[in-house]
Amino acid sequence: MKSKDVIICRCEDVSLEDLHNIMDEGYTDFETIKRILRVGMGSCQATTCGLLVQREIAKYVGVPMTKVKTHKVRPLITGVKMKSILKRYEDES
Amino acid sequence: MKANIVIIGGGISGVSIAYNLAKKGMKDIVVFDDNYMTGGATGRCGAGVRQQWKSKMNCILAKKSIDFFEKAQEELGYHRDIEFKQEGYLVVATTKEEDEQFTKNVKMQNSIGIPSRKLTPKEAQEIVPHLNLDEVVSATFCNTDGHLNPFLMTDAYFTAAKKLGVTFYYQEKVLDIVVKDNRIKEVITNKRRVQTDKIVNAAGGYAYEVGQLAGVDIPVYSENHQILVTEPVEKIQGPMVISFSKNIYCQQVPHGAFLMGRSDPNAEHNHDISSTHDFLDEMVKTAVGLLPPLAELRVVRAWGGSYNVSPDRQPIISDSALPGYFMACGFSGHGFMFAPITGDFLSSIILDLPTDIDRQYLSIDRFDNMDETDYETSVV
Repeated sequence: MKSKDVIICRCEDVSLEDLHNIMDEGYTDFETIKRILRVGMGSCQATTCGLLVQREIAKYVGVPMTKVKTHKVRPLITGVKMKSILKRYEDES
Repeated sequence: MKANIVIIGGGISGVSIAYNLAKKGMKDIVVFDDNYMTGGATGRCGAGVRQQWKSKMNCILAKKSIDFFEKAQEELGYHRDIEFKQEGYLVVATTKEEDEQFTKNVKMQNSIGIPSRKLTPKEAQEIVPHLNLDEVVSATFCNTDGHLNPFLMTDAYFTAAKKLGVTFYYQEKVLDIVVKDNRIKEVITNKRRVQTDKIVNAAGGYAYEVGQLAGVDIPVYSENHQILVTEPVEKIQGPMVISFSKNIYCQQVPHGAFLMGRSDPNAEHNHDISSTHDFLDEMVKTAVGLLPPLAELRVVRAWGGSYNVSPDRQPIISDSALPGYFMACGFSGHGFMFAPITGDFLSSIILDLPTDIDRQYLSIDRFDNMDETDYETSVV
């Protein structure tokens, strides 16, 4: 299978080829790659692509996966509609 | 190693200063940043670029910066799209005082060539149909304001500066600056020592501390400002909608997500960048109140970042009493949108070239007489 057909991040439609290209440019840390390619910024917040990106960086740089730092996990844990947040706020106040 | 100049901070200001210095012929420029690229305030900002301010100096800086953004893609020769969109900023007034101030602002803005105009609530709603007019007294609109991707804009400057020979060291922390007999001698990082007699403090949220390393007192502090982003949806909003009295800015970025933030009037002066439940509650309440259809959107992520605030909420782009020590800080939340002029102007000061902006207005010395400064009120 061609690397451009392998989807790494389905939320933001990022392929393995995109990931290889960005690493060829010299960007090999998760946080920077996230900011340029948007991997991990979509609805799933890297729960799908996180491990895949980590593994590809490890392969590319030639280190064990455990040596590759992943991105900072930010709130919310899952997507929540604004009206639900608003309702809880109004119920409590 | 040796360098002609060391820039501390590789955010948008640092990369713009480095690029402009290199473009004007300076060699051996070294940039240090203790984080990954855009790990500081730049990568945490609201991604808006606007020219509608109360202070004339902010308007001048903003207009010159927008003029550059319009040709940035081409001038920097960047291979990715910097996502510049000019669909305006709609600035909403919700009090009589604000309405009166905005009339004055627009007059001043027009006098220096910024195409802003005053709108009735109905006219504002024609531009943003889902705007709730309940509290809207009037609005102003400037169609050349807009949005730009902070990560890609920084990368564009970074890539162009590297081509011109600038050396960047990210993930490397400046620990000390050696000064002897009122002269800069050396910069010490956790990995090397660099002999230099010139330093630029472009350290964003840590500008005060980087001043202290060289014994330069800079009257700035940092405070946390929080943001949230929603899932991407089909385009429904062109301009940034912003209100100082309602304490909100909210824009749909080209990617489709809504990005919004507000300030906490009780924020402490420190380096906190955490996310809080209070912010989430207040932000959602304000956003849905002003732009009701947003209620249906899912919030996917929230974060915080530092505003580095100056006494008049206008930037300090200046030399200092210590020869060879320069600074670009105190942007008070607007370093990203002023980056082009920051780099152009400060590089000219450093290289002793003429500038078409009065240096005194941006100098650190202006705070010696605060009566002469114009406090910026158009800030969220």
